Amino acid sequence: MGIFQMTKTVLRNLFGGPATRQYPAVPARTSSLTRGHVAFEPSTCRSCGICSRRCPCEAIHLDKEAKVWEINRMRCIACGDCVEGCPFGSITMEQTYLPPVVEHVVERYTITYVKPEKPAKKPAEESTGA
Amino acid sequence: MPERIVVPFGPQHPVLPEPIHLDLVLEDETVVEAIPSIGYIHRGLERLIEKREFTEYVYVAERICGICSFMHALCYCQGIEEIMKIEVPDRAKYLRTIWSECSRLHSHLLWLGLFADGMGFENLFMRSWQLRESVLDVLEDTTGGRVIQGTCKVGGVRRDIGAEKLDEMHRALDPFEEQCRELGDIFLNDDTVKYRLQGLGVISKDEAYALGAVGPTARASGVAMDHRETGYAAYGDLGFKPVVETAGDCYARCAVRVKEIYASINLIRQAIDQMPEGPLDVKVKGTPDGEYFSRVEQPRGEVIHYLKGNGSKHLSRARIRTPTLANIPPLVKMLPGAQLADVPVVVLSIDPCISCTER
Repeated sequence: MGIFQMTKTVLRNLFGGPATRQYPAVPARTSSLTRGHVAFEPSTCRSCGICSRRCPCEAIHLDKEAKVWEINRMRCIACGDCVEGCPFGSITMEQTYLPPVVEHVVERYTITYVKPEKPAKKPAEESTGA
Repeated sequence: MPERIVVPFGPQHPVLPEPIHLDLVLEDETVVEAIPSIGYIHRGLERLIEKREFTEYVYVAERICGICSFMHALCYCQGIEEIMKIEVPDRAKYLRTIWSECSRLHSHLLWLGLFADGMGFENLFMRSWQLRESVLDVLEDTTGGRVIQGTCKVGGVRRDIGAEKLDEMHRALDPFEEQCRELGDIFLNDDTVKYRLQGLGVISKDEAYALGAVGPTARASGVAMDHRETGYAAYGDLGFKPVVETAGDCYARCAVRVKEIYASINLIRQAIDQMPEGPLDVKVKGTPDGEYFSRVEQPRGEVIHYLKGNGSKHLSRARIRTPTLANIPPLVKMLPGAQLADVPVVVLSIDPCISCTER
C-alpha cells in the first residue's frame, strides 16, 4: 500500500535511540585528518618563510628581523598548505575548531629557535716540521 | 477574466535558503507568469583569478559552492591540466571519481531532504539528512573536511585513501545502499509524495533541450545528457550510463536523483574495486598559456569553467557557468499553470544553488 511506505522507518525511529549526539556533553566527531586550526611551535621555526609564501589567503606573516610569526585567524581557511610545506614540522594541523570570537585579533608568536652553535673547527694542525 | 496580481517571492522566504527572487503574476491562485531576478550575493570570484596564482585559485574555485565544492575544484584543475598538457596519474583520477561521487551522494541526499521539507514531509527530511551525515563522515575521514575537501590540486590529488579505509568504505556501501533504497522507495512509491508531485511543473523534452536545461532537470524530461559519459577522470573505465526519466514533472526530477544515488553507490564500488596503484600527483612546471573550456557533471548539472592563461602565474580570465543558471529558463517555463502553494516545490525541483550561480 502506497500510504504505508514510511511506516517501517517511523516505527524504527520511534523505538530506536536518537540519531544525533548530545553535543556539548559528547564531543563532536573528528577524524585524524580533520582540518580544525593551524598550530605553531615557535621553538622549532627557522624563519624560512615558506609558510607565508605558500599561504593562498595571505594569513601568515613572518618578520625575519624581529623574529615574529603572525597568523590572522580571520583570513586563515585551514587549507593545510603551510603544514604540508613546513620543512621543520613547526606548523601542525589540530583537529579542534577554534571558538567564535568577537574581536579581530592577529595571533603573534615570537620565534624562540636558537641556531645551535656549530662545533668549533679544530685548529688546523700545525705541521710538525716547522 | 480574473484580475492579475503580482506576488513577490523571495529573496528571503521560509522554504528556500537561497536568495532568488521571482515576481509571480497570478490569476486567482494560478501562476501565469514568473519573472526571475538574481544578483543578491555576487562575490566577484571570477575577478579574483587576476590576484591569485593559478595553483592557489583551486581554493577559491572550491569555495564557489558549498555543496559541489570538490567538483568545482576538479573542473578548474582539469582545465589547467588540459592547458598545460599535464597527464594526471591513474590513481589520482580514481580518487577524484570517488570523491566526486561522494559529493554527488551528499548533494542528492541534501536535496531530497530539502525537497521533502518543501512539500511538508518533515520526517522524510530528517531521514535523508541522517543518511547524508554518514557520507559527510566518510568525506571527513578521507579528506579532512566535511564540505570543503581541499584535496584536489593541479596535477593530481593531495591525499591518498589507504587500502584499509577503502576496504572499510567498500564494506559500508552495501548497508548504506540498503538504507538509501529504503529511503528512495518512500520517495518513489509513497502516495502522499506522488499526489503532490506528479503532473506538477511539466516541461517537455523539446522545451528542455531548447531552453538549455542541464543535469537532472534535462534527464527527467528524457534528454539523455550527462557529461560523465565523455569519460573524464575515471568515468571512462567504469561503464557509466545516465539515468533518464521521461515524464518531465517534479516526480520525474525526484526519481532521477533517487536513481542517481544508486548509480553513484555503484560507481564508488567499481572505482574501489578497480583502484590502481601508483603516484598521486605529478610536478607542475611552467605556467598556463592558452585557453580551455573545462566541463564536469555536477549534482545539479553541467558546470563550465572557461580558463584563459597568458603565460604568467595569474590567469587572465575565468568564466564559470554553473548549472543553476542554465536551469532558470526551464524553471520559468515550468511555473505557469502551477498553484501558488506549489511554487516552492517547483522551484526546489531544479535544485537551485543561487550562491554558486552568482559566484
